[in-house]
Amino acid sequence: MSVVLHIIARDLRLALRRPADLASVLFFFIIVASLFPLGVGPEADLLRRLAPGVLWVGALLATMLSLPRMFADDFHDGALEQLALSPHPLGLIVLGKTLAHWLVSGLPLAALAPLLGLQFDLPVDTLLILSASILLGTPALSGIGAIGAALTLGLRGGGVLLSLLVLPLYIPVLIFGAGAVDASMNGINPHAHLFLLAALTVGGVVFAPFAAAAALKIALE
Amino acid sequence: MNMNWYKFSAPSAFYPLAGKLIPWFWALAALFGTVGLWLGLVVAPIDFQQGEGYRIIFVHVGASWMSMFIYVVMAFWAAIGLAFNTRLSGMMTAALAPTGALFTFLALWTGAFWGKPMWGAWWVWDARLTSELILLFLYIGFIALTRAIDDPRRADKAGAVLALVGVINIPIIYFSVKWWNTLHQGASVSLSKGSSMAALMLWAMLLCALAMWMYTIAVSLIRVRGIILERERHTEWVKALLLQNAAAKPMIAPIAQREAK
Repeated sequence: MSVVLHIIARDLRLALRRPADLASVLFFFIIVASLFPLGVGPEADLLRRLAPGVLWVGALLATMLSLPRMFADDFHDGALEQLALSPHPLGLIVLGKTLAHWLVSGLPLAALAPLLGLQFDLPVDTLLILSASILLGTPALSGIGAIGAALTLGLRGGGVLLSLLVLPLYIPVLIFGAGAVDASMNGINPHAHLFLLAALTVGGVVFAPFAAAAALKIALE
Repeated sequence: MNMNWYKFSAPSAFYPLAGKLIPWFWALAALFGTVGLWLGLVVAPIDFQQGEGYRIIFVHVGASWMSMFIYVVMAFWAAIGLAFNTRLSGMMTAALAPTGALFTFLALWTGAFWGKPMWGAWWVWDARLTSELILLFLYIGFIALTRAIDDPRRADKAGAVLALVGVINIPIIYFSVKWWNTLHQGASVSLSKGSSMAALMLWAMLLCALAMWMYTIAVSLIRVRGIILERERHTEWVKALLLQNAAAKPMIAPIAQREAK
Protein backbone atom coordinates (compact mmCIF):
# COMPACT_ATOMS: atom_id res chain seq x y z
CA MET A 1 0.00 0.00 0.00
CA SER A 2 2.83 2.39 0.83
CA VAL A 3 4.12 1.79 -2.72
CA VAL A 4 0.88 3.19 -4.10
CA LEU A 5 1.14 6.26 -1.86
CA HIS A 6 4.79 6.80 -2.77
CA ILE A 7 4.03 6.63 -6.49
CA ILE A 8 1.09 9.03 -6.06
CA ALA A 9 3.28 11.50 -4.14
CA ARG A 10 6.09 11.21 -6.69
CA ASP A 11 3.84 11.66 -9.73
CA LEU A 12 2.04 14.58 -8.11
CA ARG A 13 5.34 16.29 -7.33
CA LEU A 14 6.47 15.81 -10.92
CA ALA A 15 3.16 17.07 -12.29
CA LEU A 16 3.13 20.14 -10.04
CA ARG A 17 6.60 21.09 -11.24
CA ARG A 18 5.13 21.52 -14.69
CA PRO A 19 1.88 23.35 -13.95
CA ALA A 20 1.51 24.46 -17.57
CA ASP A 21 0.77 20.85 -18.58
CA LEU A 22 -1.98 20.70 -15.99
CA ALA A 23 -3.46 24.01 -17.02
CA SER A 24 -3.48 23.12 -20.71
CA VAL A 25 -5.77 20.16 -20.04
CA LEU A 26 -8.19 22.37 -18.12
CA PHE A 27 -8.12 25.08 -20.77
CA PHE A 28 -8.78 22.46 -23.42
CA PHE A 29 -11.92 21.50 -21.51
CA ILE A 30 -13.00 25.14 -21.26
CA ILE A 31 -12.38 25.81 -24.94
CA VAL A 32 -14.22 22.69 -26.15
CA ALA A 33 -17.20 23.53 -23.94
CA SER A 34 -17.18 27.15 -25.16
CA LEU A 35 -17.13 26.14 -28.82
CA PHE A 36 -20.60 24.60 -28.66
CA PRO A 37 -22.57 27.73 -27.74
CA LEU A 38 -20.69 29.53 -30.52
CA GLY A 39 -21.44 26.71 -32.94
CA VAL A 40 -25.09 25.95 -32.25
CA GLY A 41 -26.23 29.40 -31.11
CA PRO A 42 -26.93 30.91 -27.70
CA GLU A 43 -30.55 29.77 -27.07
CA ALA A 44 -30.70 28.76 -23.41
CA ASP A 45 -33.17 25.87 -23.93
CA LEU A 46 -31.04 24.21 -26.58
CA LEU A 47 -27.85 24.69 -24.58
CA ARG A 48 -29.42 23.25 -21.46
CA ARG A 49 -30.40 20.13 -23.43
CA LEU A 50 -26.94 19.79 -24.94
CA ALA A 51 -25.04 20.51 -21.72
CA PRO A 52 -24.79 17.00 -20.16
CA GLY A 53 -23.45 15.44 -23.35
CA VAL A 54 -21.17 18.32 -24.31
CA LEU A 55 -19.62 18.73 -20.87
CA TRP A 56 -19.11 14.99 -20.48
CA VAL A 57 -17.57 14.60 -23.95
CA GLY A 58 -15.32 17.58 -23.16
CA ALA A 59 -14.21 16.03 -19.85
CA LEU A 60 -13.62 12.69 -21.59
CA LEU A 61 -11.46 14.22 -24.34
CA ALA A 62 -9.53 16.33 -21.83
CA THR A 63 -8.77 13.21 -19.75
CA MET A 64 -7.70 11.38 -22.89
CA LEU A 65 -5.34 14.17 -23.97
CA SER A 66 -3.38 13.90 -20.75
CA LEU A 67 -3.04 10.10 -20.98
CA PRO A 68 0.14 9.79 -23.09
CA ARG A 69 2.09 11.60 -20.36
CA MET A 70 1.15 8.96 -17.80
CA PHE A 71 4.02 6.66 -18.80
CA ALA A 72 5.87 8.43 -21.62
CA ASP A 73 8.24 10.61 -19.53
CA ASP A 74 9.18 7.76 -17.23
CA PHE A 75 9.64 5.52 -20.27
CA HIS A 76 12.03 7.92 -21.97
CA ASP A 77 14.26 8.59 -18.97
CA GLY A 78 14.32 4.92 -17.95
CA ALA A 79 12.50 5.39 -14.65
CA LEU A 80 9.73 3.08 -15.79
CA GLU A 81 12.18 0.24 -16.31
CA GLN A 82 13.51 0.75 -12.79
CA LEU A 83 9.97 0.72 -11.42
CA ALA A 84 9.23 -2.48 -13.31
CA LEU A 85 12.41 -4.06 -11.90
CA SER A 86 11.48 -3.16 -8.33
CA PRO A 87 10.23 -6.01 -6.10
CA HIS A 88 6.76 -4.46 -5.83
CA PRO A 89 3.99 -5.72 -8.13
CA LEU A 90 3.82 -3.60 -11.27
CA GLY A 91 0.02 -3.58 -10.95
CA LEU A 92 0.24 -1.59 -7.71
CA ILE A 93 2.68 0.87 -9.26
CA VAL A 94 0.28 1.37 -12.17
CA LEU A 95 -2.55 1.81 -9.67
CA GLY A 96 -0.57 4.61 -8.06
CA LYS A 97 0.10 6.25 -11.40
CA THR A 98 -3.58 5.90 -12.32
CA LEU A 99 -4.70 7.61 -9.10
CA ALA A 100 -2.09 10.35 -9.55
CA HIS A 101 -3.35 10.89 -13.09
CA TRP A 102 -6.88 11.20 -11.76
CA LEU A 103 -5.78 13.74 -9.13
CA VAL A 104 -4.32 16.02 -11.80
CA SER A 105 -7.00 15.50 -14.47
CA GLY A 106 -10.34 14.14 -13.20
CA LEU A 107 -10.41 16.05 -9.92
CA PRO A 108 -9.76 19.54 -11.38
CA LEU A 109 -12.17 18.78 -14.22
CA ALA A 110 -14.90 17.95 -11.70
CA ALA A 111 -14.14 21.20 -9.87
CA LEU A 112 -14.26 23.19 -13.09
CA ALA A 113 -17.36 21.56 -14.58
CA PRO A 114 -20.00 23.48 -12.51
CA LEU A 115 -18.54 26.75 -13.77
CA LEU A 116 -18.97 25.63 -17.36
CA GLY A 117 -22.41 24.28 -16.47
CA LEU A 118 -23.39 27.83 -15.54
CA GLN A 119 -22.49 28.94 -19.05
CA PHE A 120 -24.97 26.33 -20.28
CA ASP A 121 -27.65 27.65 -17.93
CA LEU A 122 -27.90 24.45 -15.84
CA PRO A 123 -29.92 24.62 -12.59
CA VAL A 124 -27.94 24.50 -9.33
CA ASP A 125 -28.91 20.93 -8.25
CA THR A 126 -27.86 19.69 -11.66
CA LEU A 127 -24.48 21.41 -11.30
CA LEU A 128 -23.87 19.36 -8.18
CA ILE A 129 -24.85 16.13 -9.94
CA LEU A 130 -22.61 17.09 -12.89
CA SER A 131 -19.68 17.55 -10.55
CA ALA A 132 -20.48 14.34 -8.66
CA SER A 133 -20.83 12.31 -11.88
CA ILE A 134 -17.48 13.57 -13.19
CA LEU A 135 -15.90 12.91 -9.82
CA LEU A 136 -17.26 9.35 -9.83
CA GLY A 137 -16.66 8.56 -13.50
CA THR A 138 -13.20 9.93 -14.22
CA PRO A 139 -11.26 7.37 -12.12
CA ALA A 140 -12.60 4.71 -14.49
CA LEU A 141 -11.41 6.85 -17.41
CA SER A 142 -7.92 7.08 -15.89
CA GLY A 143 -7.90 3.31 -15.30
CA ILE A 144 -9.03 2.31 -18.78
CA GLY A 145 -6.79 5.02 -20.20
CA ALA A 146 -3.78 3.50 -18.45
CA ILE A 147 -4.28 0.32 -20.50
CA GLY A 148 -4.35 2.33 -23.74
CA ALA A 149 -1.35 4.45 -22.70
CA ALA A 150 0.64 1.31 -21.84
CA LEU A 151 -0.28 -0.44 -25.11
CA THR A 152 0.73 2.53 -27.27
CA LEU A 153 3.87 3.37 -25.31
CA GLY A 154 6.69 4.41 -27.62
CA LEU A 155 4.77 3.82 -30.87
CA ARG A 156 4.76 6.28 -33.72
CA GLY A 157 1.42 8.03 -34.04
CA GLY A 158 0.73 6.88 -30.49
CA GLY A 159 -1.65 9.73 -29.68
CA VAL A 160 -4.15 9.05 -32.45
CA LEU A 161 -3.90 5.32 -31.90
CA LEU A 162 -4.51 5.84 -28.19
CA SER A 163 -7.78 7.65 -28.88
CA LEU A 164 -8.84 4.88 -31.27
CA LEU A 165 -8.25 2.24 -28.58
CA VAL A 166 -9.55 4.11 -25.57
CA LEU A 167 -12.60 6.04 -26.77
CA PRO A 168 -14.74 2.96 -27.57
CA LEU A 169 -14.06 1.67 -24.07
CA TYR A 170 -15.05 5.05 -22.60
CA ILE A 171 -18.55 4.89 -24.04
CA PRO A 172 -20.27 3.22 -21.03
CA VAL A 173 -18.86 5.88 -18.68
CA LEU A 174 -20.06 8.61 -21.02
CA ILE A 175 -23.56 7.09 -21.24
CA PHE A 176 -24.08 6.80 -17.49
CA GLY A 177 -22.30 10.08 -16.68
CA ALA A 178 -24.30 12.15 -19.12
CA GLY A 179 -27.37 10.08 -18.17
CA ALA A 180 -27.06 11.11 -14.51
CA VAL A 181 -26.91 14.82 -15.40
CA ASP A 182 -29.75 14.45 -17.87
CA ALA A 183 -31.91 12.64 -15.31
CA SER A 184 -31.38 15.23 -12.61
CA MET A 185 -32.21 18.02 -15.08
CA ASN A 186 -35.50 16.31 -15.95
CA GLY A 187 -36.42 15.81 -12.30
CA ILE A 188 -35.66 12.10 -12.23
CA ASN A 189 -33.59 10.61 -9.41
CA PRO A 190 -30.03 10.26 -10.81
CA HIS A 191 -28.89 7.76 -8.20
CA ALA A 192 -29.21 4.74 -10.48
CA HIS A 193 -26.81 6.30 -12.99
CA LEU A 194 -24.42 7.39 -10.25
CA PHE A 195 -24.35 3.90 -8.74
CA LEU A 196 -23.56 2.39 -12.12
CA LEU A 197 -20.81 4.97 -12.60
CA ALA A 198 -19.40 4.06 -9.21
CA ALA A 199 -19.51 0.38 -10.22
CA LEU A 200 -17.63 1.14 -13.45
CA THR A 201 -15.06 3.10 -11.46
CA VAL A 202 -14.54 0.34 -8.91
CA GLY A 203 -14.19 -2.22 -11.73
CA GLY A 204 -11.94 0.06 -13.78
CA VAL A 205 -9.63 1.03 -10.95
CA VAL A 206 -9.33 -2.50 -9.57
CA PHE A 207 -8.85 -4.51 -12.77
CA ALA A 208 -7.42 -2.05 -15.29
CA PRO A 209 -4.03 -1.53 -13.53
CA PHE A 210 -3.25 -5.23 -13.91
CA ALA A 211 -4.11 -5.24 -17.62
CA ALA A 212 -2.04 -2.05 -17.98
CA ALA A 213 0.84 -3.68 -16.08
CA ALA A 214 0.74 -6.64 -18.51
CA ALA A 215 0.80 -4.19 -21.42
CA LEU A 216 3.73 -2.28 -19.86
CA LYS A 217 5.74 -5.47 -19.49
CA ILE A 218 5.20 -6.15 -23.19
CA ALA A 219 6.29 -2.60 -24.07
CA LEU A 220 9.42 -2.87 -21.91
CA GLU A 221 10.55 -6.26 -23.24
CA MET B 1 -6.60 -41.21 -32.35
CA ASN B 2 -3.30 -40.96 -30.58
CA MET B 3 -2.01 -37.91 -32.35
CA ASN B 4 0.36 -35.27 -31.09
CA TRP B 5 -1.73 -32.12 -31.46
CA TYR B 6 1.07 -29.93 -30.15
CA LYS B 7 2.93 -30.73 -33.33
CA PHE B 8 0.64 -28.34 -35.20
CA SER B 9 1.40 -25.44 -32.89
CA ALA B 10 4.65 -25.07 -34.82
CA PRO B 11 4.09 -22.80 -37.83
CA SER B 12 6.15 -25.12 -40.06
CA ALA B 13 3.80 -28.02 -39.29
CA PHE B 14 0.63 -25.94 -39.40
CA TYR B 15 1.39 -24.39 -42.80
CA PRO B 16 0.91 -27.58 -44.88
CA LEU B 17 -2.03 -28.69 -42.70
CA ALA B 18 -3.80 -25.38 -43.32
CA GLY B 19 -3.08 -25.74 -47.02
CA LYS B 20 -4.77 -29.15 -47.07
CA LEU B 21 -7.80 -27.95 -45.07
CA ILE B 22 -8.56 -24.80 -47.05
CA PRO B 23 -10.22 -26.47 -50.11
CA TRP B 24 -12.51 -28.48 -47.82
CA PHE B 25 -13.72 -25.41 -45.99
CA TRP B 26 -14.25 -23.58 -49.29
CA ALA B 27 -16.32 -26.53 -50.52
CA LEU B 28 -18.41 -26.59 -47.34
CA ALA B 29 -18.91 -22.82 -47.50
CA ALA B 30 -20.07 -23.06 -51.13
CA LEU B 31 -22.38 -26.00 -50.37
CA PHE B 32 -24.02 -24.47 -47.28
CA GLY B 33 -24.18 -21.05 -48.92
CA THR B 34 -25.86 -22.33 -52.09
CA VAL B 35 -28.43 -24.45 -50.26
CA GLY B 36 -29.06 -21.78 -47.61
CA LEU B 37 -29.52 -18.96 -50.08
CA TRP B 38 -31.65 -21.15 -52.35
CA LEU B 39 -33.92 -22.04 -49.42
CA GLY B 40 -33.93 -18.48 -48.18
CA LEU B 41 -34.38 -16.56 -51.40
CA VAL B 42 -36.32 -19.03 -53.59
CA VAL B 43 -38.15 -21.61 -51.49
CA ALA B 44 -39.08 -19.64 -48.35
CA PRO B 45 -42.44 -17.87 -48.70
CA ILE B 46 -42.97 -14.15 -48.27
CA ASP B 47 -43.37 -13.10 -44.64
CA PHE B 48 -46.92 -11.90 -43.98
CA GLN B 49 -45.76 -8.96 -41.83
CA GLN B 50 -42.44 -7.93 -43.31
CA GLY B 51 -42.91 -8.83 -47.00
CA GLU B 52 -39.80 -9.57 -49.05
CA GLY B 53 -37.69 -7.34 -46.84
CA TYR B 54 -37.27 -9.98 -44.16
CA ARG B 55 -35.01 -12.03 -46.45
CA ILE B 56 -32.09 -9.83 -45.40
CA ILE B 57 -31.98 -11.79 -42.13
CA PHE B 58 -30.39 -14.67 -44.01
CA VAL B 59 -27.29 -12.52 -44.29
CA HIS B 60 -27.79 -10.26 -41.28
CA VAL B 61 -28.17 -12.86 -38.53
CA GLY B 62 -25.23 -14.98 -39.69
CA ALA B 63 -23.00 -11.93 -40.04
CA SER B 64 -23.94 -10.67 -36.56
CA TRP B 65 -23.30 -14.06 -35.00
CA MET B 66 -19.95 -14.33 -36.72
CA SER B 67 -18.97 -10.78 -35.74
CA MET B 68 -19.33 -11.71 -32.05
CA PHE B 69 -18.08 -15.28 -32.39
CA ILE B 70 -14.89 -14.28 -34.20
CA TYR B 71 -14.05 -11.81 -31.44
CA VAL B 72 -14.49 -14.53 -28.82
CA VAL B 73 -12.27 -16.86 -30.85
CA MET B 74 -9.69 -14.05 -31.12
CA ALA B 75 -9.82 -13.54 -27.36
CA PHE B 76 -9.39 -17.32 -26.92
CA TRP B 77 -6.25 -17.37 -29.08
CA ALA B 78 -5.05 -14.20 -27.35
CA ALA B 79 -5.36 -15.88 -23.94
CA ILE B 80 -3.59 -19.02 -25.21
CA GLY B 81 -0.85 -16.86 -26.70
CA LEU B 82 -0.29 -14.91 -23.49
CA ALA B 83 -0.48 -17.98 -21.26
CA PHE B 84 1.63 -20.44 -23.26
CA ASN B 85 3.69 -17.99 -25.32
CA THR B 86 2.92 -19.80 -28.58
CA ARG B 87 3.75 -18.05 -31.82
CA LEU B 88 0.87 -19.45 -33.84
CA SER B 89 -1.81 -17.99 -31.50
CA GLY B 90 -0.80 -14.43 -32.30
CA MET B 91 -0.82 -15.21 -36.00
CA MET B 92 -4.33 -16.70 -35.71
CA THR B 93 -5.58 -13.62 -33.85
CA ALA B 94 -4.12 -11.33 -36.50
CA ALA B 95 -5.59 -13.48 -39.29
CA LEU B 96 -9.09 -13.45 -37.79
CA ALA B 97 -9.38 -9.71 -37.12
CA PRO B 98 -10.03 -8.44 -40.68
CA THR B 99 -12.76 -11.05 -41.27
CA GLY B 100 -14.36 -10.13 -37.93
CA ALA B 101 -14.33 -6.45 -38.87
CA LEU B 102 -15.84 -7.34 -42.25
CA PHE B 103 -18.73 -9.27 -40.67
CA THR B 104 -19.36 -6.52 -38.10
CA PHE B 105 -19.56 -3.99 -40.91
CA LEU B 106 -21.82 -6.33 -42.88
CA ALA B 107 -24.11 -6.81 -39.86
CA LEU B 108 -24.43 -3.05 -39.40
CA TRP B 109 -24.91 -2.42 -43.12
CA THR B 110 -27.55 -5.11 -43.66
CA GLY B 111 -29.19 -4.00 -40.41
CA ALA B 112 -29.47 -0.48 -41.81
CA PHE B 113 -31.04 -1.85 -45.00
CA TRP B 114 -33.53 -3.79 -42.90
CA GLY B 115 -34.16 -0.90 -40.52
CA LYS B 116 -35.11 1.61 -43.20
CA PRO B 117 -38.28 -0.18 -44.41
CA MET B 118 -39.16 -1.79 -41.04
CA TRP B 119 -38.37 0.93 -38.50
CA GLY B 120 -38.32 3.87 -40.91
CA ALA B 121 -34.74 4.79 -40.02
CA TRP B 122 -31.30 3.71 -41.24
CA TRP B 123 -29.89 3.99 -37.78
CA VAL B 124 -31.23 4.31 -34.26
CA TRP B 125 -29.16 4.71 -31.09
CA ASP B 126 -30.38 1.47 -29.64
CA ALA B 127 -28.27 -0.55 -27.19
CA ARG B 128 -27.59 -3.45 -29.55
CA LEU B 129 -26.75 -1.25 -32.53
CA THR B 130 -24.48 0.93 -30.44
CA SER B 131 -22.65 -1.98 -28.86
CA GLU B 132 -22.20 -3.61 -32.30
CA LEU B 133 -20.72 -0.31 -33.50
CA ILE B 134 -18.34 -0.36 -30.52
CA LEU B 135 -17.37 -3.89 -31.60
CA LEU B 136 -16.43 -2.51 -35.02
CA PHE B 137 -14.29 0.15 -33.31
CA LEU B 138 -12.65 -2.58 -31.22
CA TYR B 139 -11.75 -4.57 -34.33
CA ILE B 140 -10.39 -1.44 -36.01
CA GLY B 141 -8.45 -0.52 -32.87
CA PHE B 142 -6.99 -4.03 -32.73
CA ILE B 143 -5.94 -3.91 -36.39
CA ALA B 144 -4.52 -0.39 -36.02
CA LEU B 145 -2.56 -1.30 -32.88
CA THR B 146 -1.04 -4.49 -34.28
CA ARG B 147 -0.12 -2.76 -37.57
CA ALA B 148 1.53 0.14 -35.72
CA ILE B 149 4.01 -2.11 -33.90
CA ASP B 150 6.92 -3.25 -36.03
CA ASP B 151 8.11 -6.11 -33.86
CA PRO B 152 5.64 -8.95 -34.53
CA ARG B 153 6.08 -10.54 -31.11
CA ARG B 154 5.24 -7.29 -29.33
CA ALA B 155 2.38 -6.67 -31.77
CA ASP B 156 0.91 -10.09 -30.97
CA LYS B 157 1.10 -9.60 -27.23
CA ALA B 158 -0.18 -6.03 -27.21
CA GLY B 159 -3.03 -7.11 -29.50
CA ALA B 160 -3.77 -10.02 -27.17
CA VAL B 161 -4.11 -7.71 -24.15
CA LEU B 162 -6.42 -5.43 -26.13
CA ALA B 163 -8.52 -8.37 -27.39
CA LEU B 164 -8.95 -9.66 -23.85
CA VAL B 165 -9.92 -6.23 -22.52
CA GLY B 166 -12.43 -5.75 -25.35
CA VAL B 167 -14.10 -9.12 -24.91
CA ILE B 168 -16.20 -7.56 -22.08
CA ASN B 169 -18.26 -6.01 -24.86
CA ILE B 170 -19.45 -9.35 -26.28
CA PRO B 171 -21.88 -10.29 -23.46
CA ILE B 172 -23.10 -6.69 -23.47
CA ILE B 173 -24.04 -6.98 -27.16
CA TYR B 174 -25.52 -10.41 -26.75
CA PHE B 175 -27.71 -9.57 -23.76
CA SER B 176 -28.43 -5.95 -24.71
CA VAL B 177 -31.86 -6.84 -26.10
CA LYS B 178 -32.74 -8.52 -22.79
CA TRP B 179 -31.22 -5.99 -20.40
CA TRP B 180 -32.57 -2.89 -22.06
CA ASN B 181 -35.93 -2.52 -23.65
CA THR B 182 -34.65 -1.84 -27.13
CA LEU B 183 -36.04 -1.32 -30.60
CA HIS B 184 -33.97 -4.23 -31.89
CA GLN B 185 -36.06 -7.36 -31.47
CA GLY B 186 -35.03 -10.12 -29.08
CA ALA B 187 -33.51 -13.35 -30.29
CA SER B 188 -35.82 -15.46 -32.46
CA VAL B 189 -33.72 -18.54 -31.90
CA SER B 190 -32.78 -19.94 -28.52
CA LEU B 191 -31.45 -23.29 -27.38
CA SER B 192 -33.81 -23.66 -24.44
CA LYS B 193 -37.10 -22.50 -25.93
CA GLY B 194 -36.61 -23.54 -29.54
CA SER B 195 -37.35 -21.09 -32.28
CA SER B 196 -40.17 -18.70 -32.94
CA MET B 197 -39.48 -18.88 -36.69
CA ALA B 198 -40.90 -21.17 -39.34
CA ALA B 199 -38.72 -24.28 -39.66
CA LEU B 200 -37.83 -23.62 -43.29
CA MET B 201 -36.67 -20.07 -42.63
CA LEU B 202 -34.74 -21.26 -39.61
CA TRP B 203 -32.92 -23.88 -41.67
CA ALA B 204 -32.09 -21.36 -44.37
CA MET B 205 -30.73 -18.97 -41.75
CA LEU B 206 -28.68 -21.63 -40.00
CA LEU B 207 -27.23 -22.85 -43.30
CA CYS B 208 -26.24 -19.31 -44.27
CA ALA B 209 -24.62 -18.81 -40.88
CA LEU B 210 -22.77 -22.12 -41.29
CA ALA B 211 -21.61 -21.02 -44.74
CA MET B 212 -20.20 -17.82 -43.22
CA TRP B 213 -18.50 -19.85 -40.51
CA MET B 214 -16.81 -22.10 -43.07
CA TYR B 215 -15.89 -19.05 -45.16
CA THR B 216 -14.30 -17.46 -42.07
CA ILE B 217 -12.19 -20.57 -41.43
CA ALA B 218 -11.10 -20.82 -45.08
CA VAL B 219 -10.17 -17.13 -45.36
CA SER B 220 -8.43 -17.04 -41.98
CA LEU B 221 -6.37 -20.09 -42.87
CA ILE B 222 -5.30 -18.45 -46.12
CA ARG B 223 -4.39 -15.30 -44.22
CA VAL B 224 -2.54 -17.18 -41.50
CA ARG B 225 -0.51 -19.00 -44.19
CA GLY B 226 0.47 -15.62 -45.58
CA ILE B 227 1.46 -14.38 -42.13
CA ILE B 228 3.46 -17.57 -41.46
CA LEU B 229 5.41 -17.15 -44.71
CA GLU B 230 6.07 -13.48 -43.98
CA ARG B 231 7.26 -14.01 -40.41
CA GLU B 232 9.21 -17.22 -41.05
CA ARG B 233 10.86 -16.03 -44.25
CA HIS B 234 14.32 -16.36 -42.70
CA THR B 235 13.89 -20.02 -41.81
CA GLU B 236 15.18 -22.96 -43.78
CA TRP B 237 11.81 -24.59 -44.36
CA VAL B 238 10.36 -21.48 -46.02
CA LYS B 239 13.40 -21.15 -48.25
CA ALA B 240 13.12 -24.82 -49.22
CA LEU B 241 9.41 -24.36 -49.89
CA LEU B 242 10.04 -21.33 -52.07
CA LEU B 243 12.63 -23.18 -54.13
CA GLN B 244 10.33 -26.17 -54.47
CA ASN B 245 7.50 -23.92 -55.68
CA ALA B 246 9.88 -22.16 -58.01
CA ALA B 247 10.82 -25.45 -59.61
CA ALA B 248 7.15 -26.02 -60.42
CA LYS B 249 6.71 -22.49 -61.80
CA PRO B 250 9.75 -21.39 -63.80
CA MET B 251 8.42 -17.82 -64.05
CA ILE B 252 9.13 -17.03 -60.40
CA ALA B 253 12.33 -19.04 -60.12
CA PRO B 254 14.73 -16.06 -60.15
CA ILE B 255 12.77 -14.27 -57.43
CA ALA B 256 12.58 -17.38 -55.27
CA GLN B 257 16.30 -18.02 -55.63
CA ARG B 258 17.09 -14.46 -54.66
CA GLU B 259 14.79 -14.69 -51.64
CA ALA B 260 16.32 -17.99 -50.62
CA LYS B 261 19.80 -16.47 -50.42
